[in-house]
Order: sequence, then structure tokens, then C-alpha cells
Amino acid sequence: MKLPSRRILAVLSVTALVASACSSSATPSPAGNTPGPTAAVTAAVTPAPTAAAGQTPVEVVSWWTTGGEASGFNAIIDAFNTANPTIQVTNSAIAGGAGSNAQAALQNRVLAGTPPDSFQVHMGHELLDTYVTPGYMDNLDDLYAANGWTTQFPKGVLDIVSAKDASGATHYYSVPLDIHRANVLWYNKTVFTSNNLTPPATWADFVTDAKVLAAKGITPLAVGDNGIWASGMLLEVMLIAELGSDGYNGLWTGVTDWSGAKVTAALNDFKTVLGYVNSDHSSLTWDQAADYLIPASAGAQPKAAMTMMGDWAAGEFDNKKFTDYGWIAAPGTTGVYDALADSFGLPSKAQHKDQVKLFLTLLGSAAGQDIFNPYKGSIPANSTAGHPATGAKQYSAYQTWAMGEWKADSIVPSLEHGAAAKPSWKGAVEAAVTVFVANPDVPTLQAALVQGCKDAGICK
Amino acid sequence: MRISRDRVISLLVIAPSILAVAVFVYGLIFWTGYISTVKWDTLRPDYTPVGLANYQSIFANNRFLMDIRNTVVFTIFFIAASLAIGLLLANLIDRRIRGEGIFRSIIVFPMAVSFIVTGVVWRWILSPGQDAAHPQGVNQLFGLDPTSNRWLTDAHVVYIQPDSPVYGVLHDIGLGFITSPNIGVPIALLSIVLAAVWQMSGFVMILYLAGLRAIPEELKEAARVDGATEWRIFRHVVFPLLTPITLSAMIILGHISLKIYDLTVAMSGSGPGFATDTPALFMWQTTFRDGEFGRGAAVAIVMLVIVAFVVVPYLVWNRRQEVEA
Amino acid sequence: MSSIDLVVTAEDEQPAPVRRSTTGGRGSRGPHSRGARARITRVLLYALLFLFALWYLTPIYVLLVTSMKGSSDITPDKMWMLPTSINLGSFASAWAKLSPNFINSLVLAVPAAILSSMVGSLNGYVLAKWKFRGADTVFTLILFGMFIPYQAILIPLTQIMSNIGLYGSLQGLMLVHIIYGIPITTLIFRNYYAAIPTELLEAAKVDGAGFIRVYRSILLPLSASGFVVVLIWQFNSVWNDFLFAVTLIPNQANWPVTVALNNLSGSMITDWNVQMAGALIAALPTLLIFIILGRYFVRGLLAGSLKG
Repeated sequence: MKLPSRRILAVLSVTALVASACSSSATPSPAGNTPGPTAAVTAAVTPAPTAAAGQTPVEVVSWWTTGGEASGFNAIIDAFNTANPTIQVTNSAIAGGAGSNAQAALQNRVLAGTPPDSFQVHMGHELLDTYVTPGYMDNLDDLYAANGWTTQFPKGVLDIVSAKDASGATHYYSVPLDIHRANVLWYNKTVFTSNNLTPPATWADFVTDAKVLAAKGITPLAVGDNGIWASGMLLEVMLIAELGSDGYNGLWTGVTDWSGAKVTAALNDFKTVLGYVNSDHSSLTWDQAADYLIPASAGAQPKAAMTMMGDWAAGEFDNKKFTDYGWIAAPGTTGVYDALADSFGLPSKAQHKDQVKLFLTLLGSAAGQDIFNPYKGSIPANSTAGHPATGAKQYSAYQTWAMGEWKADSIVPSLEHGAAAKPSWKGAVEAAVTVFVANPDVPTLQAALVQGCKDAGICK
Repeated sequence: MRISRDRVISLLVIAPSILAVAVFVYGLIFWTGYISTVKWDTLRPDYTPVGLANYQSIFANNRFLMDIRNTVVFTIFFIAASLAIGLLLANLIDRRIRGEGIFRSIIVFPMAVSFIVTGVVWRWILSPGQDAAHPQGVNQLFGLDPTSNRWLTDAHVVYIQPDSPVYGVLHDIGLGFITSPNIGVPIALLSIVLAAVWQMSGFVMILYLAGLRAIPEELKEAARVDGATEWRIFRHVVFPLLTPITLSAMIILGHISLKIYDLTVAMSGSGPGFATDTPALFMWQTTFRDGEFGRGAAVAIVMLVIVAFVVVPYLVWNRRQEVEA
Repeated sequence: MSSIDLVVTAEDEQPAPVRRSTTGGRGSRGPHSRGARARITRVLLYALLFLFALWYLTPIYVLLVTSMKGSSDITPDKMWMLPTSINLGSFASAWAKLSPNFINSLVLAVPAAILSSMVGSLNGYVLAKWKFRGADTVFTLILFGMFIPYQAILIPLTQIMSNIGLYGSLQGLMLVHIIYGIPITTLIFRNYYAAIPTELLEAAKVDGAGFIRVYRSILLPLSASGFVVVLIWQFNSVWNDFLFAVTLIPNQANWPVTVALNNLSGSMITDWNVQMAGALIAALPTLLIFIILGRYFVRGLLAGSLKG
């Protein structure tokens, strides 16, 4: 199963070619309009050509249709297809808010018994409870053993992608391709320097800063919770800040009491912070909210000073050619990496298991992850990665910082991105947050969260 | 012999359709009803009977209760506004105006557009903007302040508050339960009503216009000779004759509003505090996102029962009319 | 045309010629005999109509101007302004993204509409002219199918479609549209054929024509406008459908245009001008049909309201 190293070298050289092709925006899109993101989008959305004669088609489903993530994934697919002329991997991408459409569509396909050969799924409970427990996935123990991944991936990641069977043996069910961090506070640097403020290290500091900013007519925190997950992430971060990493982890295993005083304190913080967000949050998507940090013209005052968002926000700023942004761990969560990962698994009913395993091998390898992650804005899950080939796209300043944090921090699973709890539990938390954001009543929210844990079968 | 052979052919011609409807409408409804009584709560079907537990679970779910509130509020406002505007426009158009064809086309064309397109456009028009300095859409057009005109993003629910004078009275006479926010009007929902009325009022106008034109001029003329004012003629002669049309329109609009899905999905999703959530969206997410098929089926059956309450009497009535005719 | 007009069931939306002449007379007499008050009423009437027309046209205005703007023009605060320069690049971008789905919708909706109308025509013929015992009850039971919330059949429908291997395919979606189109198409044709004098059929039967020949030689030649009405109706509802498509088609390559458009507007990095151009593209076929064949479209609306 293991790729010979010569093949990896071939992959790398191909990548360099692909990367340069992608970055040269001279290629006009078919209709001849402005090149740039559109060109990448077109490439991703247009149905991929069917495999030529003698090639085995391998269908991989992702929800990466636009921007850097699509470029990165297509780069890795191109690299694979070039190195494996007898296999044609295609990316049947399904667009839509943080993959929510893709997830529903995939579930229907798996249920119908016609899954793709592999598909993107958040590592953790989204994978385990939805697909593994009902018995729809093969384990990848052989790939993990053959490639030495059990030592290359950090323990925090291995814990999240594995499950124990009835006999207590551990099995691995997906290959994590990237790691994102959910708890990052992004801010407009000029706003902070010109108001003599420092980015807040705690939520108490945040309130102090927020009062100053609000008095100046700047919205302290931009939120776009048209998809409620953005506010759910805010709650998630509040819980981490108040409970610490162990306490937060315990929420999802039944160890930490949802009705406890610390949870109450976190919810009160949440309520306070919601008092400093933009009033049109529910009509905005997260990226529209992030755009509130960008001044309309150079030197103008932006609509908002900060936004709490996963590290994909950096990609949004870069897309908009906005450079005046800074970042720190979200208040109160320094030293904690609230992680989520996009991973790829092997459905039991996949049509081309041998071929797709070759592709999964590339996804898990340092070489593969160094192709993808510089585009995606995430960091590699494989700890031996981090050194893209010369000439290929390199890691950004943020990513370099994040890789350092990743090694030092304690890793906790993100709720909103499928790592911490099964989808129906996440749905229950989101329902409670939806009500809370409109009508912030702490006891109601806490009661709903307690009930959610019971309904999920974790709390008694 | 010839007649009976044709009879056989005629039955053979319609049999596939009857069979298709029997299986795909009635059979599948029955099957959904069955699923609503089993455990099936992951992707893997699980037909362990659980009785009415799924129904208990959804009726204990505050989101579902709000969905029912939203459906009722939406239905009332949507039907009332569509009927009022449709009737008004039909009367205006019926007054021998110049450019009737153009006005009619302008009023009816939204019917040709999908709810998704309507939703995408109105969502943008109704996004409020961030604050007084940055109004957008309608707020910008009419110079309104986004902080008080929140449209789709308004989380307020108008309901009977404890400080209202009737609050105590209602509680005293045992009607305290109607002072809950679950018996109220979510403001954001009215924005959806606006878009839905935009799309469907032309339909009502066409119905009424056809009705108005079917009324013999002599009837109105006779009333005029008797010295009746135009308003009285409308009130006592025209409007009663339009009753069957009003009823038809109410049923058609009513069943659309009970099923509404596309429009809210495209405009606002669940909305702030589920202000624009619908049973249809709840059903879809419960089933196909969360994998709770049993509960999703229960929601679907509740929707069906509500629709049937409205539609079945109408179908029966319609059938009787035909028999009489 | 005249033979068709004989059997139109839904009210013709054009006022009858006879009435028009009387109304013309009244219209010209009105202002003189009623004087200033009538004129004020008239002004008010037009003012109201214009106001409503503005309301109906606002979204079209926004769609048109936004889709013609360049990326520098599309900030929300410039929503109501005309474009500083006409830029059709957004249509090219939207078309590049939506064209496969647009074609899917065509491939789906055209045959579905044709097959639906054939099925409806035959059913209508039987239920109007070859009533069997219980035919009206069966008809009412069929009609119920057009009112049900489709959520009530969605879960088992997904199961059935995957069992017969049609889940995710356009053929499967087409079949679903044809089946759930049976009630409305049967309704329209039944009412349509009910207006054809039975004597006409009896005469043919006396001459020895059977079920099929009566249909072919008498009904079908009179059915042209009925077919147009049903074709438009079904084309519109299939083209505009979202729920069935989003549930039964998981793969983006097979999505019809409504699902693709909703996703386009929900995705992260799509500019407003592209979204609006996409919305226009998605709405274009049904709008064109409305503009060209509005008369029949309206007739379908009326026929769809049961009483016809």
C-alpha cells in the first residue's frame, strides 16, 4: 500500500508545476471575464471529465468548491492523477455553508447504498456517530500501520479519528488532511493602535476594550450567524475559557456537569459579549461579518474592530487584499487549540477501494499535506509535514504561528465542526443558541443544554 | 360488446395513474406514518417500535412549537394580505383602464418565478444594514434607521406581556397560556410574508378578475337604477358572488403557506430565534441533517394532518358543487 | 383558433368583444357626465396601480441593475444606484457556474412536462367522458395528492428511489415529477374535456368510433390549448421545484438550477452581482414563457384553482 518514495518525489515535482499553473492568473475563464477566484470556481464546479479508457474512475466528494481550498484540493488531485495514470480521481464538490448541504446529500447517498469512493467528513463524532457506528465505513488500520501514521499524527488527533470496537481494540476510520483552529480572535490593527488598546487576553479585557470601541461608534465584535454555527462557536469558546480544556472535554463525555456554576458563568459571559456585536448579525454570513473589519477606503474607520472566527478567516482577508489584521487566541483560551479537521474515510460500499486507498495514502502523507494546506490556510495534521517543496506554495505567517501553537497547546475537539458531539446533539445546542441569541435568558439556555446532553444519551 | 371493450381500454388507460397515486401518495403516507412510530434515529434504519415517543419528543420541543406558531401567523397574514391586495387590484384593473394588459402582466409575472429566486432577491432587499450610519436595502431607500427597522433579522415576538392590561384578566379566566411568546407574532416573519405576497397576490388578482368579469353587468346596472352607491353594489352584489372564489383562493394560499419551504430557506433559514422557522425546514433538518428519521416522519405526519384539515372539507365541498351542477 | 375557443373552460382573461364595446362607450362618456370627482377617482386609481406596479417591479430593478454592475459597484450601499458602467461579466461568471445545472433543468423539465401532459390528457379523457362507477370519488382521491405536503412522502420516497436505482439521477427526479404531477394535469384536462359537448362524442360513437379513435379524431384536435396550458404549468413547476431536487439529487453534477442557485447564494465567496445574474438566468425560461404565452399561463393558474 505504501507509496514508493520515488513516487512522492514525482508528486512533488508535479505539484510545483500545478502550483505555478494555478498561481498564474493569466488563464482566462471560459467566458473571458476577470480571472482569479472565478477561474478556480469554474474548474471545481464543472463536472470533471469522465475517466478515459483504461482508467479507473475514483469519485471523492468534498464541499470545497471555491477559493484556496478548492485550488488546494484540485492541486493534490492533479498531482495524484499525474503520478497514477491508470486512476482518475474526480472531486464531486458540493458547495454550501460549512458543508451542511454536502453532509445531508452524503448521508442520503450512504443511506441509499451508493456512496462515493471517499468523502470529506469532519473528524470526530460527525464521522463516528453518523457513519461508523451504523456500520457504513471500513477501518483504515492497514493504512495507518503501513505508513507509520500512528506515530506521525499527534495523539490528540488519533484519539479523535479512532473508535474502539466491542472487544476494546482501537480502529482508525479516517485520514485527517488538515487542522483548523476555531478559537482565533481577528482584529483590525490600526483600530487598536489608534485607540491605544491591546487585543484582549480575557473576556473581561474584551469588555473593557469593547466599551471604548463602542463609544467611538465601532462595533466591537462582528458576528455573522446567518448560519447559527458562528454563534455556536462563540459559545464553544466561552465554555473553553471558563472551564479549561479538561472541563470542556468533560462536557462531551458526561464528566463535567452542564448545570454547574462554571457553565452558568460561561453563559453569562456569552450574554455580555452578545451585547457588543453588530445588530445585523443574523442576516450576515461569517465572511460578510469578517468584512466589517475592512475599512471602506484606506484610513476610514471600519464597521467593526474584531471577529471571533476559525482560521479560515485569514483566507477571506487575503482574498479581499486586506493586510491590516492581527490575530491572537480567543480571549481566555490561550494554550488551547480548539481543533477541527477535514478528513476522508472509506465507505464499506466504495466501488474502487484499492485505488482510493492509494489516494488516501497521499492525503495522509507529509508530501500531500504540504501540497494542500498552504492553499487552505490550515496546518498539516501530519506532524512530519511543514516543509513544502521549493517552488510550491509556502505556509503563511499565520500558519507558521499556528504550527508552533499546535505543538505546544492542549487540543480540544470543536463542537460546531463535528469533532466533539454527534450531529443531533450539535443540533440541540444550536437550537438553544438560536433562541438565546434572540432572547438572551441564561437559565433557559442552560436548561436546554442540560436537556441536550440527556437526549444525546451521555448525561443521565 | 363494443362498449364493454372500450370500457376495458379506458380502465387500462387510467389504471397506471391510479396505481401510481395509490402507491406514491397513499402508500408512502402510510409508510411515513409507520416510520413515525419506530426508533430509526441514525442513518441505519431501525424499525424497533417506540409507540408515540417521536410525537411526544417533537411536541416537547420548543422549536416545533414555535414552528407551529409561525405557520399560523404566516398563514393568517399571508392569506389576508394576498386576498386584500388581489381583490383591490382586480377591482382597479376591472375599471377599463388604459394599458390593462401591461398592468396585469406586471402583477402576475412573479408567479412565473421560483420561490428560490424570489427569496434570493428579497433577502438582499430586506437586509437592514448595520447601524444608523450604514443603512441598506429598504432602509436606505426610505431613509429608515436599521437599528429599529430590522426586517428579516428582527428577533422580536409581539405577544401579550405581563404589563399589559389584559394579561391579568386572561390569567384570571384561565387563558393565561395565550400570554406566552409561543402565541405571538414574530416580526421577522412579516418580511417573509411581504415576499410571499409579492409572489402570490397576482394569482389572487387573476382569480378575482375572472370572477368580476363573470358577473353580468345587468345585475350591477339594476342596482344602480335603484340608486345604490358603487360601494354598496360591491358590498351587497359583487362581493357575495365572489365568495366561492375567495374560498378557493384561501384554500390554495393556505396549503401553500402550510407547506412553505423554499422561500424561507432562500431568505433566512430558521431566522433569529427561529422567528422564520417552519415545520417543513424542521422536518428536513431533523431527518436529513440530524438523521432522526423517526422524529422527522412524525413532523411530516403532523404537517399532513394540518393540511388535511383544511383541504379535505374543501375537496368534499368541491365534489358536492359538481354533483349539484 | 375558433374551434379551440369553443371549448375553453377556464375563463378567457380577455373580456368578451361584446362587453368591450359597451365598456368603451361608458368609458368615453364617464368623464364628461360625472365631472371632476370622477376625474379625481381616475387619477387615484392610476396612482394606486402605479404604486403597486413599482412594488412588483422593484426586485426586477434590483436584479437587473445589480447584475450589470462591476465588482467595484456592488457594495450594499450602492444597491439602488444604476451601474456606473455596464458590466456583463457577472452573467459570464454566473453562466459558467450554473450552465450545467441550467441544462439539467432543461433536460429534466421539458420531457417531464411533455410526458405529464400526455398522462393528464388520457386521464382527463377517461374521467370526463368514460366515467366508471366511482370515477368521481377516484378523481377526488387523486386530487388530494396535489395538496399533500411532500414531506409526508419524502422519507420512503428516498428509500424507494434508491431501491430501484434511480436515486440521484435526473430520470428518477423526472419520474417523481410526473407521478406527483398526475393530480394537477388530470384536473386541468378533465375540466377541459368536460366542456366538450358529449353529443359530439356520441355521434362519433354511433359512426363506429371506439375509445381510441374518439380520442384521436375528436378530443386531440381540440386539445391544443389544453396541452399548452398543462405544458406550461408542468414546465414551471418542475423548473421551479426545490424540495424534490434537493432531497433526491445529492450530486452537484445532476442538480437542477434552483438547487445550484440556492447554493450559489449560500456559498462563501460569491459576489452579489454574480448571484443576481444567476437568479436572472434561473428565472429566464419561465419568465420568457410568461411573456410569450402569458395568456395560457394565466389560464393554467385559473384551472389549477379547481373550479376553473
